[in-house]
Amino acid sequence: MTNITQNDITTALQDQVKQAISSNTPLSIQAGNSKRFYGHSIDENTNAKPLDLSSHTGIINYDPTELCATVQAGTKLSELEALLAQNNQILAFEPPHYPSGTNNQDTATIGGAIATGIAGPRRAYTGSVRDAILGVKMINGTGEIANFGGEVMKNVAGYDLSRMMVRSQGTLGVILSVSVRVIPQPEQNMTLAFDASQTEALSYFQELRKTNLPITATAWLNDQGLIRVSASEQVLKSCKSKIKGDEITNGGDFWQGLRDHTHEFFNKNRPLWRFSLPPASSSVIPLDDAQLLEWDGAQRWVHSNTPANIIQDIAKPHNGYATLFNSNSRIETHNNLSNMDIFPALEPALLTLHQSLKSQMDPQGIFNPNRIYRGL
Amino acid sequence: MTIEAATRNKLIFQLAEVLPENFLLTTKEELRPYECDGLAAYKRLPVAVALPDSIEQVQQIVKICSQLQVPVVARGAGTGLSAGALPHEGGIVLGLSRFNKIVSIDSENLTAVVQPGVRNLAISEAASPYGLYYAPDPSSQLACSIGGNVAENSGGVHSLKYGQTVHNVMQVKIVTIDGELITLGSETLDTPGYDLLALITGSEGMLGIIVEIVVKLLPKAESVKVLMASFDSIEDAGHAVAAIIADGIIPAGLELMDKAAIHAAEDFVHANYPLDVAAILLCELDGDDIQLAEQVEKVDTLLKEKKAVAVEIADSPEEQARLWAGRKAAFSAAGRISADYYCMDGTIPRKQIAYVLKRITELSEKYGLRVVNVFHAGDGNLHPLILYDAGIEGELETTEKFGGDILELCVEVGGTITGEHGVGYEKIDQMCVQFNDAELTQFFAVKRAFDADSLLNPGKAIPTLHRCAELGGMHVHNGELPHPELPRF
Ligand SMILES: Cc1cc2nc3c(=O)[nH]c(=O)nc-3n(C[C@H](O)[C@H](O)[C@H](O)COP(=O)(O)OP(=O)(O)OC[C@H]3O[C@@H](n4cnc5c(N)ncnc54)[C@H](O)[C@@H]3O)c2cc1C
Repeated sequence: MTNITQNDITTALQDQVKQAISSNTPLSIQAGNSKRFYGHSIDENTNAKPLDLSSHTGIINYDPTELCATVQAGTKLSELEALLAQNNQILAFEPPHYPSGTNNQDTATIGGAIATGIAGPRRAYTGSVRDAILGVKMINGTGEIANFGGEVMKNVAGYDLSRMMVRSQGTLGVILSVSVRVIPQPEQNMTLAFDASQTEALSYFQELRKTNLPITATAWLNDQGLIRVSASEQVLKSCKSKIKGDEITNGGDFWQGLRDHTHEFFNKNRPLWRFSLPPASSSVIPLDDAQLLEWDGAQRWVHSNTPANIIQDIAKPHNGYATLFNSNSRIETHNNLSNMDIFPALEPALLTLHQSLKSQMDPQGIFNPNRIYRGL
Repeated sequence: MTIEAATRNKLIFQLAEVLPENFLLTTKEELRPYECDGLAAYKRLPVAVALPDSIEQVQQIVKICSQLQVPVVARGAGTGLSAGALPHEGGIVLGLSRFNKIVSIDSENLTAVVQPGVRNLAISEAASPYGLYYAPDPSSQLACSIGGNVAENSGGVHSLKYGQTVHNVMQVKIVTIDGELITLGSETLDTPGYDLLALITGSEGMLGIIVEIVVKLLPKAESVKVLMASFDSIEDAGHAVAAIIADGIIPAGLELMDKAAIHAAEDFVHANYPLDVAAILLCELDGDDIQLAEQVEKVDTLLKEKKAVAVEIADSPEEQARLWAGRKAAFSAAGRISADYYCMDGTIPRKQIAYVLKRITELSEKYGLRVVNVFHAGDGNLHPLILYDAGIEGELETTEKFGGDILELCVEVGGTITGEHGVGYEKIDQMCVQFNDAELTQFFAVKRAFDADSLLNPGKAIPTLHRCAELGGMHVHNGELPHPELPRF
């Protein structure tokens, strides 16, 4: 029953794409809309039609001993994670859900998580979104359905198009379903907190990076360092003597707040900037605005009204970059933010390569035009 | 497709202008060592071999070839097992062996900047004083180059826990066919734009020439244990693999050998393997002491529950090396008991291991050819070795047919034709079994974006739509493998 329905939905989606190709109408691919704020708005300058994947749902295949789940792209992250939890497994990249609306609705889907490639607190320790991708089924730029990768752990047949779909934000095709590698859920989690300046915390995280301790998250904010450790009870006990800080009781809520940006740090009406830096970078962001650090310092958040060019120039000399993650006030500041690039500019030769890849894979330019960069 | 004399002359003349004398090889004797890679069944002489030592030279070479429309085949150490570096008779081989420097090791960011010709093992050796290592460990690691590893997305015994090349590379610099130098990836944990780093990894020299790589380094594990479990049936061993994974344990390595492999290896290296069992599983666990002790206990119990008739736990590095020795020598051991063998590289879902091994046994009876099974059971990556004798009329053809059946069987149960050796020239026909026209067409589109005239390694990895014929494999004649000094996994 479900299968037949899902096949019908797949066919309907494919028809819509074919229709869009023949009428040269751009499509705005969406499902849960939980990450709609991320990137340029598609509807701004085009007459794009929505392509809705939110009913393209369901678990296609999941066998815990294969460490792989294959799911329709519109499946809610919460649903997938609940199923994995029943089998003591998790997604290694701890994807954010970004609940929104007055009653904090959790609408995030796996397709959106893959397309944006945004990962949560665990990323620096157990891998990125693309690291976990094993296969993708997509509708391509000629309206055909194509499969890349698969469900097995190792696969080097053909170019790795499934991993390339991650972070392409729907600009290269419609993700219909994905196969993701999952990992065992650690028996327990423990969060330790210690007082430290940013510099002290960074150098301590750096020290810990050279150990094999089962750390699965770190953060620094408000002159406090926090470390999540995940393992068996006995191992956690031994970690207490190896890692500094006192155990806090509400660790689970704290990390979920960071993951989903529901932590009060993110409750500000200023543009939210994300810095991505080599992990061992010291305190390099000379802004007065409060900072929140994650991933041992490789990911840093700042709400700031500082002009974009100044912010982006802070990151560059450190071999990093800054992204306008969420303008948070799109309407009011529309005029000064909409003309700038949300994502850091690409080197000219690299941009040319992006453009030719886009025009090869989406010859009519119908998939989420301009979502990441203008012209893509 | 050979080269016209006029083009050849222009090519050599122009290359000689940008390269020092001994960086350009053109005589038959000089070209001979480049006629094949680790899969010696396929041989061709290129027009010339260029051995540059700077990125500028690579850019100049590529520009010349691009202008004259001459194919370019990149080559690392030539240990590939799918004829990926097989020369093009109308083109040049661009050898990266002179790019052999470890540029820097960053013990704070845990990365190393290396040139593509650096040997895989040399990175871990250089990182060792900092307590660090580079995780992917193909058994050719003494010889194979990191550039080749990126081009093939190579794996190793420890890929189960630590991933393949794609999981352990941060950034690469490539020279495109137009001679542009482009950086893909970054020193941070993600990069703006498309993930072209993932795309270039495993692209088999078809999208660009890799000229510099930033690899990720890991702190060395505190301690290691190796368990060896024996089973009376291969199905039991297969079930034990699934049980370990189901219990939430990801071993650093989990390898299976069948009876034929055990006997061949034991005769060769005397690892003290049990000879009266149907299969053994080698399981390596690592971590800090407390964690490790817990895992060893769990795995030991699980193995016994899953009908292991004996479990041996190796604590000391010497004992561990002894247990691994037989596994590492298994390919060479197979070479001793048969005139020739043919190595497959399919990957299947773990739950299909017992079924696929049974079908392989049936096929073995059908074709009248023996098979040795020794493989990465943890990630379902099979390496069946078909034993044959090329001296017997028609036996090679039978073997190829048998091998083709095995690869198709892998696809049939939801797997893939290659887990780590790549498609190259060898498995190009099996690509037609795995991908349909729409998918192949998508690959061509990607290729066009990078290399519109198809000058980079043409005729490899992605078949044209009308090409779907014979089947291939890794051929070994009279146990004479290229690189016989290397352990084989
Ligand atoms: C004894 C033995 C054991 C092996 N064990 C394993 C194993 O355990 N796991 C595994 O995965 N493989 C294994 N292999 C296969 C082989 O070693 C790997 O594929 C390796 O990565 C090839 O590296 P290379 O430098 O020899 O590349 P080559 O053989 O020279 O080239 C391989 C491919 O990469 C391309 N290439 C090489 N360098 C570059 C570059 N700089 N830029 C662009 N393209 C490039 C070539 O064009 C070719 O297509 C084994 C081989 C042997 C002989």
